[in-house]
Amino acid sequence: MFESLQTGLQSAFKSLQGKGKLTEANMRDGLQLVEESLLEADVSYSVVQDFMVRVREQALGEKVLLALNPSEHLLGIVHQELIALLGPVDNSLHLKSDVTVLMLCGLQGAGKTTTCGKLAQLLLHENKKPMLVAADLQRPAAIEQLHVIGEQVGVPVYSEPGAKDPVKVCRNAVAKARSEGVNVVVLDTAGRLAIDEELMDELRRIDQRVSPDQAYLVVDGMTGQDAVLSADAFNKALELDGVIMTKLDGDARGGALLSVKHVTGVPVKFIGTGEHLDALEVFRPEGMAGRILGQGDVMALVDIAKQKFDEEKQRQLEEDLAKGQFTLAQFRDQLQQIAQPGLMQKMIGLMPGMGGLTEAMQGEDTESAMKRLMGVIDSMTPQERSNPKLIDPSRRHRIAKGAGVAGHDVSGLLKQFDQMSGVMKQFAGKGMGDRMRMAQQMQNSGMLDPGARMTKTKQGSGKRLSAKDRAKAKKLREREIRRKKREQRGGGEVRAKGP
Amino acid sequence: MGLFARIKDGLKKTRQIFNTDLRDLFKGEGRLVDDDFLKELFAVLVKTDMGGEPARRFRDRVAKEFRGRVIALDDMLTSIKAELHELISQAETPLHFADSGPTIIMVVGVNGSGKTTSIAKLAYRLHAEGKKVVLGAGDTFRAAAVSQLSVWADRIGCEIVKGKQGGDPASVAYATIAKALEINADVAIIDTAGRLQTQSNLMQELEKIRRVMGKQIPEAPHQVLLVLDATAGQNAISQAKGFSEVAHCTGLILAKLDGTAKGGVVIPIIQQFALPVQYIGVGEQLEDLDLFDSQQFVEALFDGLG
Repeated sequence: MFESLQTGLQSAFKSLQGKGKLTEANMRDGLQLVEESLLEADVSYSVVQDFMVRVREQALGEKVLLALNPSEHLLGIVHQELIALLGPVDNSLHLKSDVTVLMLCGLQGAGKTTTCGKLAQLLLHENKKPMLVAADLQRPAAIEQLHVIGEQVGVPVYSEPGAKDPVKVCRNAVAKARSEGVNVVVLDTAGRLAIDEELMDELRRIDQRVSPDQAYLVVDGMTGQDAVLSADAFNKALELDGVIMTKLDGDARGGALLSVKHVTGVPVKFIGTGEHLDALEVFRPEGMAGRILGQGDVMALVDIAKQKFDEEKQRQLEEDLAKGQFTLAQFRDQLQQIAQPGLMQKMIGLMPGMGGLTEAMQGEDTESAMKRLMGVIDSMTPQERSNPKLIDPSRRHRIAKGAGVAGHDVSGLLKQFDQMSGVMKQFAGKGMGDRMRMAQQMQNSGMLDPGARMTKTKQGSGKRLSAKDRAKAKKLREREIRRKKREQRGGGEVRAKGP
Repeated sequence: MGLFARIKDGLKKTRQIFNTDLRDLFKGEGRLVDDDFLKELFAVLVKTDMGGEPARRFRDRVAKEFRGRVIALDDMLTSIKAELHELISQAETPLHFADSGPTIIMVVGVNGSGKTTSIAKLAYRLHAEGKKVVLGAGDTFRAAAVSQLSVWADRIGCEIVKGKQGGDPASVAYATIAKALEINADVAIIDTAGRLQTQSNLMQELEKIRRVMGKQIPEAPHQVLLVLDATAGQNAISQAKGFSEVAHCTGLILAKLDGTAKGGVVIPIIQQFALPVQYIGVGEQLEDLDLFDSQQFVEALFDGLG
């Protein structure tokens, strides 16, 4: 998420780095690049202008010129301003003691119905009793879609087949919710164009007659310049209480979020980061601004780690590690937890300084690679799992055959396990923050190189290269090696010439 | 309503905004082309979602031709139109039909871009032209997507092949083609689940669907249409790139062009990927799908100004 904006801004700031002193002129270049990058990220033009004025005002002041490291200082200002623009934060749904009515609205295809399901899931987690209401009477099968989603989440869905008036449906639904002890009613309204007066009127009527407690605008993360116009229209019609941005798990830069926030002024509540119904994250401007600037998002990582990992198993592992035990069986458990769909890429994207890696991992089928590793471990006997030293060539052959891999894959896994166990023992007893720092140090020192490890297992890269492409890549590699050799030789000569 | 009138109607809102903005630049008779003017022009262009780079090209062209002069609106419009034509001029590209047997059309795109609705409109259009159409409800992932397409098929009165929710989309594609061959249909349009171009597993699934289609008719799919949301910004370029690489798109459908969004992002897409825009969606009714025509697109965009 936001990687593309990240890369853009990073390259903007790279041009600032290495210039000892920041002059007004060279900073202007950097700011120009920031501006272009924001535009490419689909931040609306007027919002970009406002933003640049604020940054420029501060950056061109004395402070920057006196600062020790000008590029860092400038980066800090952009970062602060991004946070200021995206905040303040208010993730609360402001639930009342009896029945709270939430209304979702937005353009067609923004993801309202899916978001309804995600909200219901979230409310269930908080021990609330949500009910979904099918108020989209326009799109064919929209009601059925909500019913299927309701079933998946396990919450009741209210609908009136054949109904024509969404206002009536909503009112009846709220009445039913009151009588059945439901805490939260989520209204799924039909997608509409902001310029469709008739449908906007209908929305206004629902607002007046059902008077929802909170009205949320659902915005597609891929929206372009139009975001300002549509968000403004919805805000004027309804007085929005919050914004939910969807589809932020792709490479959309999500700059529209800055635009929507700027024109509506209402807090961003959640972001949708996947197709699964638990992929709704609480919005945090710091994390978002950090991501934009390529600083990673450690907090989100901790959140995911907490949510996704089985706490009991983690505790058991901690204890074993503290005793200095780390076996293949535990390694398998770890893999299984990480091998959840989409999790790996998400986590790597959030790791500080590893933003570029998600790009490198595009096309790498991490999950199935993990599953293959698990398959290898599953093909071992319990004895082999607790004592991998037992594995001789004949056992290795048997394991490889059982798991349907080549013999060297088994050796590779054992080698990897060997390295891992050293690391895991170091990790034991350390907090999340310490671990993150260690992981970063390791990454910087090249110890942890997921990219390299992935290629070792020899799975498809997702791209089938033609013979020509392969030859080209080989040529490039050889040229690089020659260049490196030349550099080494060159370095030697310089030293030789010295006094 | 005639074809041209309908497109113009659909683009009215787009045009209104574009024109109002441009008009604002010309308070009074003419204006001096200076830095301020060029900056305002750049803003107007960027707001169409065409992207920074094409907008800079337009601006620089106007700067080169008119800087330091006081110009009238007409002069500048002619200049911009000429440049726009140069960028997206393309032969009108109606659907290409197979010489014999059914023509297989696969429709792909990101979630919520308007695939299912566009398929319904396309089927309606072809059905009205007297073609025998079979739909394949290959979106087995999204809840009720199959029923959504079934409702449309009923309204149009064409055949539909359905898969099970959560079933294998490739098998639906296979069954659709088999049905098309069996009933001697002219066209089979196959829906796929929405996916982001960065989800490599799901993108590989598209490759598989393609492969399976080729089993009964080696040339299938004859056409792969990518549906783009006109409200999308620069990410649409990444979509065009990702889907072209995997699904080998042959053309675009630009959906939801009836709102305030301008769909300017097709300009860099046409430039970079040589993908023709075949249809535009200009409303919510079945008949609201029209052939894209760069000439009309440009003219309708600037209509009422010249």
